[in-house]
Amino acid sequence: MNRQDMIGTAGGDCPEGLIETLKKLTTLDGVSGDEKPVRDYIIEIIKGRVDSWHVDNMGNLIAFKKGTGAGRKVMLAAHMDEVGLLVTGINDNGLLKFKAVGGIETRVLVGKRVRIGRDRVPGIIGYKPIHLQDASERKSSVKKSALAIDIGAKDREQAEEWVSVGDTVAFDYDPVEFGDRKIMAKALDDRSGCAILTELLKNRYPFDLYGCFTVQEEIGLKGAKAAAYAVAPDLAIVLEGTTCYDLTGTDEHMMSTRLGGGPAVTVMDRSVISDRGLFRFIADTAENGGIPWQIKRTVSGGTDAGRIQVSGSGVKVCTIAVPCRYIHTPVSVMDKSDFFNTLRLAQEVLAGLPEWLEKCGREAGSAPDND
Amino acid sequence: MFDTISGLVSTFGPSGCENKVAEVITGMIRKHVDEVRTDAMGNLIAVKHGRGKKIMLAAHMDEIGLIVTTIDEKGFLRFGTVGGVSPVIALGQRVVFENGTTGVVWYEESMENMKDARPDKMYIDVGAKSREEAMKSVNIGDMAVFAGSPVKQGEIVISKALDDRIGCAVLVELARKCPETDNEIYYVFTTQEEVGLRGARTAAYSIRPDMALAVDVTRTGDTPKGRYLSVELGGGPAVKIKDNSVIAHPAIRERLINCARENGIPYQLEVLDRGGTDAGSIHITAGGIPSGCVSIPSRFIHSPAEMINLRDAENAVKLLEAFVKI
Amino acid sequence: MECRELLKKLCSINAVTGNENAAAQAIADILADYCDEVRIDSFYNVIALKKGQGKSPRNIMVTAHYDQIGLIVTGIDENGFLRFTNMGGVDPKVLAAQEVTVHGRKDTHGVIGTKPPHLIPPEDADKPVKMEDMLIDIGYDAEHARQLVSVGDPVSFRFPVIELKNNRMAGRSMDNRSSVAALVEMLKELKRINHDDNVYAVATVQEESGLVGAFMASWNIKPDLAIAIDVCHGDMPDVPSDESFPLGKGAAVAVGPILSREHTRACIRLAKRERIPYQIDAEEKDTGTEAAVYSSALEGIPTILLSIPAKYMHTQVEEVSLDDIDAVARLAARYIAFRDEVIQEGDSHE
Repeated sequence: MNRQDMIGTAGGDCPEGLIETLKKLTTLDGVSGDEKPVRDYIIEIIKGRVDSWHVDNMGNLIAFKKGTGAGRKVMLAAHMDEVGLLVTGINDNGLLKFKAVGGIETRVLVGKRVRIGRDRVPGIIGYKPIHLQDASERKSSVKKSALAIDIGAKDREQAEEWVSVGDTVAFDYDPVEFGDRKIMAKALDDRSGCAILTELLKNRYPFDLYGCFTVQEEIGLKGAKAAAYAVAPDLAIVLEGTTCYDLTGTDEHMMSTRLGGGPAVTVMDRSVISDRGLFRFIADTAENGGIPWQIKRTVSGGTDAGRIQVSGSGVKVCTIAVPCRYIHTPVSVMDKSDFFNTLRLAQEVLAGLPEWLEKCGREAGSAPDND
Repeated sequence: MFDTISGLVSTFGPSGCENKVAEVITGMIRKHVDEVRTDAMGNLIAVKHGRGKKIMLAAHMDEIGLIVTTIDEKGFLRFGTVGGVSPVIALGQRVVFENGTTGVVWYEESMENMKDARPDKMYIDVGAKSREEAMKSVNIGDMAVFAGSPVKQGEIVISKALDDRIGCAVLVELARKCPETDNEIYYVFTTQEEVGLRGARTAAYSIRPDMALAVDVTRTGDTPKGRYLSVELGGGPAVKIKDNSVIAHPAIRERLINCARENGIPYQLEVLDRGGTDAGSIHITAGGIPSGCVSIPSRFIHSPAEMINLRDAENAVKLLEAFVKI
Repeated sequence: MECRELLKKLCSINAVTGNENAAAQAIADILADYCDEVRIDSFYNVIALKKGQGKSPRNIMVTAHYDQIGLIVTGIDENGFLRFTNMGGVDPKVLAAQEVTVHGRKDTHGVIGTKPPHLIPPEDADKPVKMEDMLIDIGYDAEHARQLVSVGDPVSFRFPVIELKNNRMAGRSMDNRSSVAALVEMLKELKRINHDDNVYAVATVQEESGLVGAFMASWNIKPDLAIAIDVCHGDMPDVPSDESFPLGKGAAVAVGPILSREHTRACIRLAKRERIPYQIDAEEKDTGTEAAVYSSALEGIPTILLSIPAKYMHTQVEEVSLDDIDAVARLAARYIAFRDEVIQEGDSHE
């Protein structure tokens, strides 16, 4: 099998079908712990592309493709869950109390549309009108205790006909293509990774490939822990959506990534220090392939890679991510060229992996040397 | 002991880049053990085979440091911290990169209060006039560690990275002594302790020892208006009772205290209300591994001028030698 | 033994987190009456097995941690006073003028005293006192103190259980002895009803210092289903109503991302069917209990969290209702026995 066969789409524009898949994925709701709608759709896409798949106890979707060659195990991971809210109580007046699932800043909740539960009951989050706020309220920041979800119910009894405590709540925002090749949608973190992974599963490689669509990443990288334990890979690459704040007035070292700068590869964040050799290989692959790429410039945040690396006897890991502005809000923005280049980079990396793994295998077990 | 320490602290090895330290250690102990290997996380595992109990001794190879995140157009480097680097302690320090490039850590002088010092208001200056010039010697993603050579003054050693190269030195010296025992001893030099006790977790998982001891530094309570702790420099190795990551298994703790008493080795007891060591991730691995820790008292931890007493280190070796014969 | 007496007995046992060695046998003796086998592992987790009557029993693990928060001696000063720090989450504000037991060479009575108001300068009147500035007075001079006590000795709060109105009881270590009591009551109930599956009832250690026992229990038992029993916050003035639960209204069943959707819903249906009082506890994070460990342990274990509302948690006067302990016990037992039929009735959304 030559490299050209292994790469599904060689050069040219991003496969348009994939953008539609991405947009559809963002319209599905999968707040951490409640990923089923997203998972069901992904299963439909990949079931014809893989040898087998199963859903584990936590809801991780683990797809398997046997390798054509000797038995190295490579794991690709993208998380299906998104940040959202959880209904924690229903007031007498029919308004719903809630808490954030995953990291959401309180102030982005004001004036938003949401959907509650599997029935996608529409709701809104309002705020006290400015006319009615006193001087100190006007100067202060949004108070979480002042927020509630309004589904239009007149009292608790009526609200309980449609929603329950424990229902998950997702932002109600449809994807929009705008500007210069930009897409705005909720949950680009990490439906962009999921979409890319579905595409990568079209190809077969010399190594065993485990495509893991994980759950509960946003509340502590939980699904990845169980998935990594079950798969016990030699190497894992995590496909993510990552922070980007390249707006005017931001110091360069605070931006993290730039939209249009290509896939962001992680050297270090709070959850993981990427395997140096693997990082080097990915960087070289981008350089040699003429694929624009960037290093993620802040050491904050965490991804499934952190949990996978310390699983079992240890796994070599690295993360490749699509930069997303306004991450963890309903209006996150990405550039289609970054999305396509992330896919290209992942394809090239997978194509070059067999040779790289071979090289690692020769070096493993012997005395440490200058790698 | 000082030569061993010296060789180790002078080797570049921030979290995630410990390979050079692993090489140096391999050179020091290869003749004294049966097997040396590394794993996927870079842990160096040296085994002295035996048919008795499996004992894992762990000291971490990594030191704290800084990682370059951006190079601005004038050639100044912005950074993030690798492990617990206090911005205030880093101010005005020399740092050195793997290729020997030296930089100075300074702060945006518009900052009014030193207590506001944070990495995003600080930078490293390598003396370059532009981004291009800086990039001839440094790249984004490169790491730097505190500069400085070790000093021996009487019984005292002053150096950067005694946390935890002193622990590594103790294990090296122990390996060189080839303690007589039928137990199987794993000398494990772990990686990435400073960023979350990471290497020890995978090493313990693959070894599945019957018991484990971490060898690391601990603070002392004997400096002017210092935070209280019943550990003193020179008071002997400390038997850890607990810290924030682990409560030492009572059987391990008792065994260490008995070994110390029976062999006339001075020791202290350590109850730490913060901080963690490799024992913290080892003890909850694979169903539970009884674990403890032998600590080397150290002042000024996580500064470029950590201070230990050689007698404490030598006594730690003696204590471990007695312990492994369990 | 009736639940009231059982709870008093359980609360009188001293097991400061990390120091469960002295208490493990007492816990094992209590569990032994209601199961087929009990053993104590190397970390002092107490593992009781009640075998199921089915032909191919699955394994269910039900855990309740038996360690309690407390203090630990960090030094003995030249006057015989003891310095200390916390074991588990202890708020320094609850320590003023409290009696303690120092578990040294023998159990020694002590008190954490306070400066009388006459001697406190007015500007310091509102300042909180830090734990490092407090001392335990055991009434001995330094020499005598050093013979009795050493650095590292655990210290527990002294507060014998009080019976309040309305079937409520208060004392230290209701977190989590009330759950251990529920564990025992669950085993009693299981003796009365037929259950196919094996039940591992585990009294775990060191939950208060990092959920340590939970890692061991889940790894060693590898159950098909895990039920964690712990306390949740009882309703108190000044605490948001979606984070606290009234006493006497039944078992708090946790729903949220890390809990098994299928089992949690089935459990609630069962509670309704059996008329066992229950409340819903929405947990948007990982609950901070042993459930957090189980849900992502190994390849993931389906997990349920049942909680007993406790007011004033982590103080010496934690208050629970015996009715809630009973509700948790019955719900757990009956879910274990009848869950297959309840799951089958489940809604098609799953």
